[in-house]
Amino acid sequence: MDTTQITDAPPPSPRPPVLVPGRAARAATRPGDRVFLGLARGSGIFLLLVMAAIAVFLTWRAAAAISEDEGNFLTTFEWNTAGTEPVFGIAVLAYGTVVSSVIAMLIAVPIAVAIALFLTHYAPRRLSGPIAYVIDLLAAVPSIVYGLWGALILVPHMNGLFGWLDDYLGWTGVFDWEGGPARSMLTVGILLAVMILPIITNVSREVFRQVPRMHEEAALALGATRWEVIRMAVLPFGRSGVISASMLGLGRALGETMAVATVLSPDFLIHGSLLNPGGGTFAQNIASKFGEADEFGRDALIASGLVLFVITLLVNGAARAIIARRKEYSGANA
Amino acid sequence: MSTVVQHPGSLKGARLPKWSPWAIAGGSVAVSVGLGLAAGIESRIQWGLIASLLFVLGTYVLAARVEGRRQAKDRIATSLVWVAFLLAVVPLFSLVWSTVERGVKVLDVYFLTHSMGVVGDSEPGGGIYHAIIGTLEQVGIATLIAAPIGVLTAIYLVEYGRGALARAVTFFVDVMTGIPSIVAGLFILSLLLILDMSFSGFAGALALAILMMPVVVRSTEEMLKLVPNELREASLALGVPKWRTILKVVLPTAVGGITTGVMLAVARIAGETAPVLLLVFGNPFINNNPFDGAQASLPLYIYQQYANSAGSEAAYDRAWAAALTLIAFVMILNLAARGIARWKAPKTGR
Repeated sequence: MDTTQITDAPPPSPRPPVLVPGRAARAATRPGDRVFLGLARGSGIFLLLVMAAIAVFLTWRAAAAISEDEGNFLTTFEWNTAGTEPVFGIAVLAYGTVVSSVIAMLIAVPIAVAIALFLTHYAPRRLSGPIAYVIDLLAAVPSIVYGLWGALILVPHMNGLFGWLDDYLGWTGVFDWEGGPARSMLTVGILLAVMILPIITNVSREVFRQVPRMHEEAALALGATRWEVIRMAVLPFGRSGVISASMLGLGRALGETMAVATVLSPDFLIHGSLLNPGGGTFAQNIASKFGEADEFGRDALIASGLVLFVITLLVNGAARAIIARRKEYSGANA
Repeated sequence: MSTVVQHPGSLKGARLPKWSPWAIAGGSVAVSVGLGLAAGIESRIQWGLIASLLFVLGTYVLAARVEGRRQAKDRIATSLVWVAFLLAVVPLFSLVWSTVERGVKVLDVYFLTHSMGVVGDSEPGGGIYHAIIGTLEQVGIATLIAAPIGVLTAIYLVEYGRGALARAVTFFVDVMTGIPSIVAGLFILSLLLILDMSFSGFAGALALAILMMPVVVRSTEEMLKLVPNELREASLALGVPKWRTILKVVLPTAVGGITTGVMLAVARIAGETAPVLLLVFGNPFINNNPFDGAQASLPLYIYQQYANSAGSEAAYDRAWAAALTLIAFVMILNLAARGIARWKAPKTGR
């Protein structure tokens, strides 16, 4: 079977031969070998040190700022670091970050899975190669360009949709719109969805490609339609892969700075409506407040960045754990 | 629905003709345009939404009548997948189109060779020379730092790595890939605050290097794993020391893939704005020295033209032109990297 693999299965024995300990020790006594091993191992250790340093230094500066905070760091609806009595809290930022990312995920995941299915199971073969290539390239478009496009092209185009949502769903409160420019959480969520679409699509496509051909053919032989093949053979096999792809996308959406900073018109309140401007996210707040912040203000921003760091670590760690667990039992499909 | 029509003497159920999806699509577009014009809906996006809704519904009803429920479900899945694909293409196409269309307005040799030194944010004129210099220097320094460390780490993981240290490195490389760029920027910022230093291109390059290292490690690792073991064994059997085997046999075999990986990583960090905003700060004048004083950079230039100009058309034009330059730079790097990957395709020895 020539199903293409992304994971580290390819050649017969991917790892170098495991040397007998005695021989390895003797080989390493050559001076050249010692130096080279030292360099290579040193680089690895350096990477670990950088990670540790990030955590330590952020915590250090953040602790200094939080101890001066006159408000509650977790629940205050204000960000005022200039005066002698600084008051700042991350409640609004946490809310905005979660809401915009959830909107992005709700839109992007189904569409990305559908595109991945389209590329692997529906598109004519001649088309699917170039399309996958283009989606690869789109993943490389810098986020500031998405931000510029979102602010100058997407925002004016949202008015129609917002008016419609306000007319028919405005009574829920969530889709209430006062008619201002569409620089709101929903627009941010849609823009984030466009941005994370390529990465979720790419990973899901690789997973769907690995579905054992036999499973699909068996389902077809039983008379299943193409949709039934996908539901019975492809999706169950790809589920954990799609979940981890989505979480990688979520990690991107949580930490996205420039696209949110250009599109959102922020304030420090939690709004019930997704259509009216206002709110903020961790990364956006750092980018927009940084310019006028003094040294203490920068420490306060570092404190909010630390929270973002911890959140993305948890999300990415979970995604990696799911991928790793999947690797263990995917040996059966080689 | 149980109205499946069975042709006598045929094993297959009734099928809609092959052209039916096109016919339904054409019909629903026509109806939605009619509806849109009649109801005075202005947004083309809404026309598109109505058309796709009509298409999905129409397919389901027709297929359910002619072919039966299971086939209808299959058809609806097919049409949903197509609709999702087209829905996703629209914004991505619009992004590329508007960047090119608006970017070419002021993009010329003058724009590429002049700075914003004496030009106000909302006045016409000026260019991106200072930003190009800044981007090239910052990305260059970041690459000089990140590429050797990344490649050496990958060598450690593939050629030497066993035990707890290698596992820890692998895990944290994965974790590092997910660090938001602004957090990397804040980390270097906290160092600057502690050392009482000011903005410089070098500080930005350090943050970019942090973002670049894990990407280089990952791609190099994949490439080194593709080098067949027979090559290593042959070299070791001839008595060549391990470090010379790695330098003279393993790395040359994988060099194409490693170059590709590094170039893709460069393309990724060239577009990073957030750390540059925090650490390099931006500067309308030409500053050729990355170690002293604020610099400009292309992504930061785009942001500042957009944010500081209070809606001036001239600034927006400059922002689009800079965006086009940046996209062109990133795309050329991407295409070149893929070209190298294809040209020097990993020789797996099979």
